[in-house]
Amino acid sequence: MPETLVSALEELDKAYEQYKDDPAFVEELRVLQTDYAGRPTPLFLANRLSERVGCRVYLKREDLAHTGAHKINNTLGQILLAVRMGKKRIIAETGAGQHGVATATVAALFGLECHVYMGEEDIRRQELNVFRMRLLGAEVLPVSSGSGTLKDATNEAIRDWVANVESTHYIIGSVVGPAPYPTLVRDFQTIIGSETREQFLTREGKLPDGLVACVGAGSNAIGMFHDFLNDDSVRLVGVEAAGLGLDSGKHGASLARGTGGILHGSYSYVLQDADGQIQEAHSIAAGLDYPSVGPEHSHLKDAGRVEYTSVTDEEALEAFQELSRLEGIIPALESAHAVAYLLADHGFSEDSTVVVCLSGRGDKDVYSVADVLEMRR
Amino acid sequence: MSAGKRTGYSPGAFGSQGGASGLTALFREAGRPLLMPYAVGGYPDSKGCLQIVRTYLQNGADLIELGIPFSDPLADGPVIQGASQVALRAGIRPTDVLDVASAASSEGARLVLLSYLNTILAYGSERFFKRCAEGGVLGVVVPDVPVEEAAELQATARAQAVDVILLAAPTSTEERLARIAKAASGFIYCVSTTGVTGARSSLRADLPEFIARLRRHTDLPLAVGFGVSKVEQAEEVARYADGVIIGSALVDMVARGKDFKAGLAAAAGYLHEVSNTPSFSR
Repeated sequence: MPETLVSALEELDKAYEQYKDDPAFVEELRVLQTDYAGRPTPLFLANRLSERVGCRVYLKREDLAHTGAHKINNTLGQILLAVRMGKKRIIAETGAGQHGVATATVAALFGLECHVYMGEEDIRRQELNVFRMRLLGAEVLPVSSGSGTLKDATNEAIRDWVANVESTHYIIGSVVGPAPYPTLVRDFQTIIGSETREQFLTREGKLPDGLVACVGAGSNAIGMFHDFLNDDSVRLVGVEAAGLGLDSGKHGASLARGTGGILHGSYSYVLQDADGQIQEAHSIAAGLDYPSVGPEHSHLKDAGRVEYTSVTDEEALEAFQELSRLEGIIPALESAHAVAYLLADHGFSEDSTVVVCLSGRGDKDVYSVADVLEMRR
Repeated sequence: MSAGKRTGYSPGAFGSQGGASGLTALFREAGRPLLMPYAVGGYPDSKGCLQIVRTYLQNGADLIELGIPFSDPLADGPVIQGASQVALRAGIRPTDVLDVASAASSEGARLVLLSYLNTILAYGSERFFKRCAEGGVLGVVVPDVPVEEAAELQATARAQAVDVILLAAPTSTEERLARIAKAASGFIYCVSTTGVTGARSSLRADLPEFIARLRRHTDLPLAVGFGVSKVEQAEEVARYADGVIIGSALVDMVARGKDFKAGLAAAAGYLHEVSNTPSFSR
């Protein structure tokens, strides 16, 4: 990370250490999670899906959290830190627009100025979320450099932060970026797993046999897995975007096909060429379109604790429709990747019980899915 | 390209013995601030880049900074990003930029490179600094490596008598400035502004104070870059800094010429003017 930002990162680290166990901070966050974001989100036994895939499946309904995805968990935590650090302006990057919406939402709640960087390609395919952000009073700044997706939006957000670091807090949306971000974002997302654990224990009197979550940069997956890492009986599966296929060169599977490198201040698996030039990722799901992954996922892969696999655009699209028809739940295309894993050869026995992190709802995707399906007629 | 092509003096004679490095000596011997123009390595292609470097040399450049194009240059503004993309699309690889550096060095240019860390890691840091040394490159600016992460890179570079140039920013705390000053070698790259590279209509009002703060911690030469574009700005910065780095303004001049020749002429005229101001010609 550029020297210009190091003091801000140190300031953030200090603020986080100071407040994370501070009773007033913890209580303010708890009230917002409950009364504002609608937590705890339900754990729903999906009977028809269970029948279809051949094992019992619960859905952790992050799609029912305020703004329609798990992203609000992190932005609520970070905005409270920003306010305590006296920052007047918030910036964020966004891919699918869910993090942008969640950031614009909390900025509105606290009356702070908000600028969201979004790739031009993503603006095109996530029109609805762009409108939502503007409605919430945020300014959406189009990014045309590179592939016009999440990586490039992140570059621009970092450049903005370098220039305005004294007045601005950068709410990064996933478990990436320089320290302390990967830890801080993970901590704010572990509520997904801790709720799941409690809800599941109450319902079933034991731990689940497996957890499945999609992995782009990986915040919902880390949030889901973290409280189960020491429970060896719980199989953990992270599902990356195979895009048009792992051998097509058009995918977002950094863990499957990346090599060690540095992007946005983290050392992790990165999609790059022999010279270390970062390659463009591809996925039908804008939120999985990132050529790297949170460093903790890289660690969990190397340690063998989490199985990482991938599903294609095609399989995700199928799962998107299948879940809609079977359960009356339209999932985000990102979350559809986790569902798609269960529709294929998942390796869970019939009597095992699995929890899928349904990280977001699919309203934002209906137009682009309609376009794809329309073209096939 | 051979190790014997190094010109002027041998960096090895200084750096590794705890004294001043070759770069530091270059500043000391000049007795005036150094004029340090920047070019994107391999822009618009290898041949064109070498012509740009020659133009810089003929018009008063003391030390030339050559950037290795990177896909995601976080510290750079639109002008250098754009030129980097042109070079990358032309198929320029880090090894090509090292070749340009060697050629320029054999023609008498004193050079530092600018490279993002991922490029060096992918190349292999030992191999990278070895090639730098063989090509007469005196130092490497790594804009995304702060002082606490620099030690290993510095040790690898030092073994080849190449300096890793550390950066200091106006936002660096007093404690950090002391730490940077202690770890630095060659010179310190002082970022004139919060923000990315690119021309600014005015520089930060507290820039002289920032340089003075850092000066209290070190005798190393302090070069100022990021945002210096106008002749008067260069002249002004030269009153309190040991070197003035001019990047985006020059890259932009070359890019905007109605053809390459016209762009080169514009850059030549500008550098000539800067180098003849009292600060640089004394």
